[in-house]
Amino acid sequence: DIPDALCERDKVKFTVHTKTTLSSFQKPEYSVQRQHEDFIWLHDTIVETEEYAGLIIPPAPPKPDFEGPREKMHKLGEGESSMTKEEYAKMKQELEAEYLAVFKKTVQVHEVFLQRLSSHPMFRKDRNFQIFLEYDQDLTVRRKNAKEMFGGFFKNMVKSADEVLISGVKEVDEFFEQEKNFLLDYSSKIKDATAKAEKMTRSHKNVADDYNHISGALNNIAADNNTAFKKHLEKCAEVFEKLRKVEDRMASDQELKLTELLRYYTRDIQAAKDLLYRRARALADYENSNKALDKARLKGKDVAQAEENQKQCLQKFDKLSESGKKELTSFKARRVVAFRKNLIEMTELEIKHAKNSVSLLQGSIEVLKSN
Amino acid sequence: MAASSERSPPPFPDSEEPELLEDSDEGADAFTGTSISEMDSPSPDSTRPPKDIFNEPLEDIFSDPLSNVNSEPQKKVDTKIPSPSSDEAVDLFSDPLDDDSEVISSPEVQNPMPDLLNEPVQAPKSDLLSEPPVSSVKKAASAELFGDEDEEDLFKEPPKVVTKKPQPSGPPVDVFTEVKSDVKVKPQVKDDPTDLFAEEALTAPAPKPSASSSSSRTNGVHSDEHDLFSEATVELSLDSPRNDRKKKDAVKPSVSAPAAPVASSSSKAPSKTLEELEEEESEDTFDLNISVTNPEKVGDGMNAYMAYKVSTQTSLTMFHSKTFTVRRRFSDFLGLYEKLSEKHLQNGYIVPPPPEKSILGMTKVKVGKEDPSSAEFVERRRAALERYLQRVVSHPSLLQDPDVREFLEKEELPRAVSTQALSGAGFLKMLNKATDAVSKMTIKMNEQDVWFDEKIQDVENEEQHMRKLHVMVESLVNHRKELSGNTAVFAKSVAMLGSSEDNTALSRALSQLAEVEDRIEQLHQEQAANDFFTFSELLADYIRLLGAVKGCFDQRMKAWQRWQDAENMLQKKREVEAKLLWANKPDKLQQAKDEIAEWEAKVTQYEREFERISATVRKEVIRFDKEKARDFKRQIIKYLESLLNSQQQLIKYWEAFLPEAKAIA
Repeated sequence: DIPDALCERDKVKFTVHTKTTLSSFQKPEYSVQRQHEDFIWLHDTIVETEEYAGLIIPPAPPKPDFEGPREKMHKLGEGESSMTKEEYAKMKQELEAEYLAVFKKTVQVHEVFLQRLSSHPMFRKDRNFQIFLEYDQDLTVRRKNAKEMFGGFFKNMVKSADEVLISGVKEVDEFFEQEKNFLLDYSSKIKDATAKAEKMTRSHKNVADDYNHISGALNNIAADNNTAFKKHLEKCAEVFEKLRKVEDRMASDQELKLTELLRYYTRDIQAAKDLLYRRARALADYENSNKALDKARLKGKDVAQAEENQKQCLQKFDKLSESGKKELTSFKARRVVAFRKNLIEMTELEIKHAKNSVSLLQGSIEVLKSN
Repeated sequence: MAASSERSPPPFPDSEEPELLEDSDEGADAFTGTSISEMDSPSPDSTRPPKDIFNEPLEDIFSDPLSNVNSEPQKKVDTKIPSPSSDEAVDLFSDPLDDDSEVISSPEVQNPMPDLLNEPVQAPKSDLLSEPPVSSVKKAASAELFGDEDEEDLFKEPPKVVTKKPQPSGPPVDVFTEVKSDVKVKPQVKDDPTDLFAEEALTAPAPKPSASSSSSRTNGVHSDEHDLFSEATVELSLDSPRNDRKKKDAVKPSVSAPAAPVASSSSKAPSKTLEELEEEESEDTFDLNISVTNPEKVGDGMNAYMAYKVSTQTSLTMFHSKTFTVRRRFSDFLGLYEKLSEKHLQNGYIVPPPPEKSILGMTKVKVGKEDPSSAEFVERRRAALERYLQRVVSHPSLLQDPDVREFLEKEELPRAVSTQALSGAGFLKMLNKATDAVSKMTIKMNEQDVWFDEKIQDVENEEQHMRKLHVMVESLVNHRKELSGNTAVFAKSVAMLGSSEDNTALSRALSQLAEVEDRIEQLHQEQAANDFFTFSELLADYIRLLGAVKGCFDQRMKAWQRWQDAENMLQKKREVEAKLLWANKPDKLQQAKDEIAEWEAKVTQYEREFERISATVRKEVIRFDKEKARDFKRQIIKYLESLLNSQQQLIKYWEAFLPEAKAIA
């Protein structure tokens, strides 16, 4: 089960490769093209499926955001005449680096989404998921129209209002009570951390860009110079150029490993919170049905129906509680594992990059000194 | 001699570019090595390449301008000897010489003498070592001359140099030519010159080959030394403000050369003349340590000012003691600059400019808020003042200025009045500047000198690029500060996240991560400070200095303008005379003739002044370029080292964190 993705053209098209040993698939290998909207469709259908209510639904990947590079591209096109050749080349380089980083990130989040689905025992068997992977033509998913968009927005409103309403319902299970508090707390903090990490990586990138500009400016000075001084300046410009690369990679790796991790778990926690919400909803329903049953008994009317209703609600609630508990526990374990993996990777990358720049700097200092 | 040899060690260990020593070592070693083979096969082709290889890098580093300067006098000499009639060449070069000696003027008239005094000391020895080859006649002749009589001769000659045109000043010239006649100097001068003097070199190429080819073969082994000595001697005779440096160069390589003792002894001839002192001092510019410390607020309110402790540590004899400390306020520094620029700018010296006044920054300090920005301001200014003073004293002729010494030594200074930004004097200054700017625009100088033409253009371009670079570096500083701030916030946020994490191992790791980020924040902050102090301030300094260089160019232009005006005036007077002649008015004719004579004298005077200022500016600019290259190199290395250091720290931090991350279970 290794979905692998590639991108083509401006409209991001992901080529999804599937290798499977599951019997439910007709072939052991597939390769299909999917767009971002297809992923969203898959996510939405899963959310709407009743039987998955007790599960943490993997968060949908965010829309690929190529705004930054695009903006730069625009600037590049505008300033093409006013810039010197070198500046233009530098800008282009920056652009390419940034584009690559964004692209890498986008592919990764989409991949993770599919991996999450495929690794889950329930989602794996989902019909729509299989269609998503198997159908070798364009899915031509109907895009959401305005009404539906508004509906979605409305639903969200209702949901948050509802959340407030049912928060008054007394929790019967300590585990969930605890979990809810934890998640609320955690989600606000992780959101905060994510925002801060984003800022941090952005300023880190700015620093890298500055290196690039400095290198360009140094080259300009060097170009006018014809003494031995020139060599120093050129060397120095080269150093900055290389430093930029390292620094840039450092920033984008940090972004990929740390910021993305935080971002992903912000969304995942949102999904977990949604699960809690659904459970709380079910709990409220159950209590309401209890009340209705009491009322019916009092009135001696429709008792059977109310009883039936109450039983159903209880059943649903119990089921949700049970699977929710399982999901949350596994979520916790998964989170820890993911944090561990990413933190280790990030640390290793940081060390690697720092070592790179150390050797780079050492080398150039020696060259400069001996020169 | 004993005293002087005591003083001799400093230059070597103190020399701030140890690698240079190595380089020259190599060059010399290799050179002596090749010279042996040279003996076997005397073809000049085989001898020259190694020379180039070894000597060029050496000079490339920072003696380019040096060799060029040397080449000047060399050329003078050369052109004179073979063909004294080649007027153009002689004129071209002899004048500066003349001027130079004039520049030396009264207080330093005796200079050439001590120099020449040294010279015999070194020269004979080098000759002994060179196993005199007979083929070069001049050489032999000069070797003979090296007896006592020669010395006497030399003593007699200098005054002549001062007063007369170069032709009569034959004997000293001869001494020099001998030294100079070895080819090795010349090809280099022609090859590696930074174009600066290329044009000039072309004017006198003819005589060289003949003289050089003859001697090149013969004194192969020792030409290196000759080289060195020639440098030394030439400088001395030139009395260039740079001879100290050259001398040093000359001395250093010779250390490795077999004639080490000769060289060292020559460099510290016992004389205590000003000239000698100057050498010593700038040789030991590194021995003159000036630091500006302890910024302290004096007074309260708007009359408050910052006083700085200026400590000087030196072994120079021109100062009364070895260490001394004075307190100076900012306006004193400005006052020093005013005094110096008044005196020296018109002569074409580059007077290092002090940091700008900053009313905003100072007001903040005055108001007395203890916020970090004002502390940063004070520190920044302190560092800038320190660099400013160091630049002043590293300029050999500025160091000689009594005002500088007074500034460094005297307990109480008269208050500098004209430096206040909002005073009447300040207003006058502004007015002057405005008129200057206007006159600059109106003067259309048709540049005769290609060197200046190019240099002015270069400086202009360089300043622009520097400004651009400065802006970039400033933005780097800002971004890094931003990064530091964001890292701090993130660290806090991660710490919070860690506190609410329910997995203990992960919680621990997160709080560790927060700590790491905290440290990284510190690191970024330090690095931002480094960005600023070692890189950005360097650029700011040089932008200011380039402004000063441009000021020198302007001075030169003004001198030119004066000359041209006088020329025009003379023309007019002549016309008047012609008219009078025509009108036949003999009574006024005499007056007109007198006026013409007067203006003719003025024209020659101004022309000479212009030439002198041109020569000084040129020397100054070359010196400036050299200093700049060195300064930049040093600072860039320092800066890269700071980067290196912070990266190493980063590695440490992350490596410490790695096990924590791995411990998450």
